[in-house]
Amino acid sequence: MLERLHPAPAQNREVIISVRGVEVGFGEKTILKGLDLDVYRGEILGFVGASGQGKSVLTRAILGLVPKRAGTIEVLGENLDNLSPSERRLMERHWGVLFQQGALFSALTVKQNVQVPMREHLNLSDRLLDELAMLKIEMVGLKPDAADKLPSELSGGMIKRAALARALALDPDIVFLDEPTSGLDPIGAGEFDELIATLQRTLGLTVFMVTHDLDSLYTVCDRIAALGDGKILAEGPIEAMLASDHPWLRSYFHGKRARSVMTGGV
Amino acid sequence: MAQSILAQEPEVRIERAGNKVTAALVGAWTAEHARRVETLVGEISAEADRHHLILDLKGVHRLDTLGAWVLDRTRHELGEKGLASDFVNASPEQHILLNEVAYRGFQEGLKPKRSRFVDFLVDVGQTVAGAGNDLVRGVAFLGELVSAFIRVIVHPRRFRGTAVINQLEQIAYRGVPIIVLISFLVGAIVAQQGIFQLVRFGATPFVVDLIGILVMRELGVLLTSIMVAGRSGSAFTAEIGSMKMREEIDALRVMGLDPIEVLILPRILALIIGLPLLTFIASIAALLGGGVTAWVYGDISPDVFLTRLKASIAFNTFMVGIIKAPFMAMVIGIIATLEGLAVQGSAESLGRHVTSSVVKAIFMVIVLDGLFAMFFAAIRY
Repeated sequence: MLERLHPAPAQNREVIISVRGVEVGFGEKTILKGLDLDVYRGEILGFVGASGQGKSVLTRAILGLVPKRAGTIEVLGENLDNLSPSERRLMERHWGVLFQQGALFSALTVKQNVQVPMREHLNLSDRLLDELAMLKIEMVGLKPDAADKLPSELSGGMIKRAALARALALDPDIVFLDEPTSGLDPIGAGEFDELIATLQRTLGLTVFMVTHDLDSLYTVCDRIAALGDGKILAEGPIEAMLASDHPWLRSYFHGKRARSVMTGGV
Repeated sequence: MAQSILAQEPEVRIERAGNKVTAALVGAWTAEHARRVETLVGEISAEADRHHLILDLKGVHRLDTLGAWVLDRTRHELGEKGLASDFVNASPEQHILLNEVAYRGFQEGLKPKRSRFVDFLVDVGQTVAGAGNDLVRGVAFLGELVSAFIRVIVHPRRFRGTAVINQLEQIAYRGVPIIVLISFLVGAIVAQQGIFQLVRFGATPFVVDLIGILVMRELGVLLTSIMVAGRSGSAFTAEIGSMKMREEIDALRVMGLDPIEVLILPRILALIIGLPLLTFIASIAALLGGGVTAWVYGDISPDVFLTRLKASIAFNTFMVGIIKAPFMAMVIGIIATLEGLAVQGSAESLGRHVTSSVVKAIFMVIVLDGLFAMFFAAIRY
């Protein structure tokens, strides 16, 4: 397992995202029913749940991409509903998002993709703009010659890395990862997990990771929150998940696949 | 919010003691203050000549990758000039960050600048080579198509009649309204302008000859081909391109089906059948448009119009137009399918190929029409 810099207990740490009583629904259907969740500064939170339970919906609600019906969301101590548009823009510089398919701008090269948020939000000299983009590209483990490639010329793993480089462009405090290892081979997924852990350590990131990957949960996540029925079923370190007797959690963490992960590498 | 901290500008206090220069950095050395950070490191470098430089990070309460990068870059650049410099009082987190961003030159800077002129020559060369390749691919594809056609003739059970009929409906039947409308209007416009010019010579009735010959020999087939290139050529490229994109073509191949037989042959056959039919309809519509205009503007009654028309055009006038149609269909079909098969992974590649399919097809249709004009003139047909 990777060595972590902040294994401190959760109680006395700063809450960086606080979700209280959030309700989100589409039409007749309510997806999230009064959900509460805290994310602490400097941790990697793994967010699990069955498909269609609204993991991505919560992420999108925090990011303001889907409207919520009730509840409050505070990020960095600020209620997102009370922010003026300019404050909101400032807030958006504090987070970076890795979308599931990467969402790289297809007409731009990798380097230009990374530079988009920098150009928009920062006042950088051309030299620094180039150097910083290259630095981020190297930090996510891409070779320098990938910088001038278009997203269509990249493999799945490279797209994820390039998208991560773009998410990190503004040195955010929080990074949202939507299934970062889906579609990667186990070795590639393991390397990506390691990369996330390394970056978390060097940049002091808080990572909110929606995932299905049991390996990720075991190796890099400090804490896990499980979603079910529109609420948080359980949260805590992996041991707490294993100890839980909720039927879904039992089958998730004690199923055949889970056992093979436990007995396998970890 | 964190604004108060962000707002604290980076500063530096420089102190000299003996052969040491200490630069005490304070504030937020972050991307928000990029310009200021760059100015400050410039000042520090200027002060550091011939002295040992100590960068004291004690007062830095925020350091991000940009700050760390610029500081380490400065240290590196001083090192190249033979000046030593060190970081002191960095917090553990800052230490990790400084190590992680450790300065390295990116090859970017080494890239030689190319001259515009050479770039232009390269562009021209690539375009010419590309056109040559297109021609070779076109001929090769024509061969594949013919061999597929022969295979289908030898094994008629492999002929996909339903697909041909379906394509015929898409290409010909559904294209009738727009092609009729456009041909009617163009016929009317040509007739009107013809009347305006011929009336000065008292030769108004000759507008019927003008319309008849022009429409039958050139306008009907040309208008139809251009419309079909725009309507159906683009549709082919888009359909085949998106199938290529989603590996559907490969799926056909691994199932033992020949994509040319399954997808392309029915489309091109439908074009070859459909385009002459549409050309005929377009010609009639254009004559109708011309006739109506001649009646309204030139007082040429329908009776007179038809009689003169009969005298002015012969069967060969009609044949000149209609013979060109299947060749136009081949050109449009081959260009459209080749462009479709050239589509790569991304959606914008699809868009690019659809555009170039239409442009190339219209260009080739006009070139081919010119060649035919020369040919028919040479054989006096």
